[in-house]
Amino acid sequence: MDVLIEWLVAIFVVVGGIFALIGSIGLARLPDFYTRLHGPTKATTLGVGGTIIASLLFFSWQERGLQLHEVLITLFLFITAPVSAHMLAKAAMHRDLKRMKGTQGEPWKQ
Amino acid sequence: MKRLLPYPSLTLVLWLTWLLLNGFSVGHALLGLILAVVLPLGTRPFWPQVPLVRDRMGLLRFVLRVAKDILIANMAVAVKVLGPVKDLQPGFVEVPLDLRDRFAITVLTSTVSLTPGTVSADVSEDRTRLLVHALHVEDPAALVAEIKQRYEGPIKEIFEC
Repeated sequence: MDVLIEWLVAIFVVVGGIFALIGSIGLARLPDFYTRLHGPTKATTLGVGGTIIASLLFFSWQERGLQLHEVLITLFLFITAPVSAHMLAKAAMHRDLKRMKGTQGEPWKQ
Repeated sequence: MKRLLPYPSLTLVLWLTWLLLNGFSVGHALLGLILAVVLPLGTRPFWPQVPLVRDRMGLLRFVLRVAKDILIANMAVAVKVLGPVKDLQPGFVEVPLDLRDRFAITVLTSTVSLTPGTVSADVSEDRTRLLVHALHVEDPAALVAEIKQRYEGPIKEIFEC
C-alpha cells in the first residue's frame, strides 16, 4: 500500500510540475500579451491541481486522516484566477496592446 | 431567522472554511460559527442578488463536465504551446449572451477562463455580449456554438433565469 501511494503521489507531482512548466514555457514563447494570458490559466488548473492532489494524498496518508486544506487552495484559486485574467485582458485592451499577426476579430474599445 | 441568516449557504461555507483551515475542535467550531453569522451580516450590502440553484444534479453534472474539459483542453493547449508559434491562429470572438443575471454571467465567464485555450476578456456594458480571446481558433462560429451549448445552456438550466 505504501508503495502504491508513493507512486500515485509521484505521478501527480510530476504531472502537475509538467503542466506548470508548460504554462511557463508558454509565457516565454508566445508572441503577444493576449496569447501569453493563456499560460497562467493552464498552470493554475492542471499544474496546481496535480500538485494539490499529490499533497492531499501524501498528508492524508502520513497523518492517517483526511487532510482537506488543499481543497481550500483549489477553491480560492478557481475563484480568483479567472477574475485576474479578466482584469489583465481589460487592461490590455484599454492600452491597445499590439496583437500577434493573423489575430482574427477585434478587441473592444475601452 | 431570515434577518439573522440572510445567506444560509454562505454561512455554511464560511463555517466549513474556518474549520478546514483551523482543524476541527469545539473552540474553533464556536468561533467559526460566530464569524460565519457575523460576516454575512456585515457584508450584506455588497452581495448581489444570487439566483437560486434550481437543479442540483445539473450543477454536479456541470462541475464534472468542466473538470473533464479542463483536463482535455489542457492537453490540446500544451501541444499548441510547444508546437510552432507561427501556426497559431488566435482570435477575439464575440459570444451573444442569453443569460441576463449578473451572477450567472460571472459563472459563465469564469468557466470560459478556467477552460484552457479561452479567456473571457470583456462583457459589454448592457450584458448582452461576451468577448472571448481564444489561443487557437479555426472556426469562430463553432467556438461560439460550443460555448453556448456546452456551458451557457446548462448554467441557464441550473439557475432560475
